[in-house]
Amino acid sequence: MAPEQIIFIVAAAVTLVAALFVVATKNLIHAAFWLILALFGVAVTYVLLQAGFIAVVQVVVYIGAISILFIFAAMLTRKVMQDTGPQNNPNWWLAALIALVFLAGLVLMLLGIPGIHDQAPALAGDANPIQQLGEQLVSADHYLLPFELASVLLVAAMIGAIYVAWEKKR
Amino acid sequence: MIPLSWYLIFAAALFSIGLFGVLSRKNAIAILMGIELMLNSVNINLLAFWRYRAVEGIAGQAFAIIVFAVAAAEVAVGLSLIISIYRRNKTVVADDIHQMEG
Repeated sequence: MAPEQIIFIVAAAVTLVAALFVVATKNLIHAAFWLILALFGVAVTYVLLQAGFIAVVQVVVYIGAISILFIFAAMLTRKVMQDTGPQNNPNWWLAALIALVFLAGLVLMLLGIPGIHDQAPALAGDANPIQQLGEQLVSADHYLLPFELASVLLVAAMIGAIYVAWEKKR
Repeated sequence: MIPLSWYLIFAAALFSIGLFGVLSRKNAIAILMGIELMLNSVNINLLAFWRYRAVEGIAGQAFAIIVFAVAAAEVAVGLSLIISIYRRNKTVVADDIHQMEG
């Protein structure tokens, strides 16, 4: 087996096991730490897909910011759940059944796509995806409008989060 | 080398695990964690199709970056809503929150 295949299998196995612990473990803080491990595994697959910038963004945004938010929220709301009692709905088996049927359907559909077992085409010798991405994200011919809309969305989300979580003094 | 199907099946499995988490967990924060797993699997799909089918453009990576921005906004607003609900109701169990019921 090629070294890329071994790296992919290890990363995928670690990610899936960590994701299973995220949805199954009782302690919410532990679930947040398993989530960090799963996000690292996903970052490794981004590297294997030669999307280096996205992998760095994954580490900075997801692992650096979003998982910290999760840990803060879990600690701020800790008292009520106390990690005792069932953390799943009584009809969790129905959810598991739906997820399994969904997975089976997706895999069946995917294996029917023509060219699903293709190898990746080689990158052109002078291709530089990171430079291309940087230029096209801020060029008016390509992705300037979505880029600016994303920044407006982030400002709106920031103001909304501050307003909603503000503790009003009575 | 790795065929395209490996990435797609891996992403499908990750999405199903996230779906199970969203449907089965009681705690609203744990439901948001499931949504994060689903968003990550979508990003793997976007980048896999970019690498295997449209590598001369950059649309897949640009789309993935927009998904990151939306995910960050969603988590910030969602967690602040959960903390606000916790302050009023002293609960984060999604089944026990019914102010909006008719």
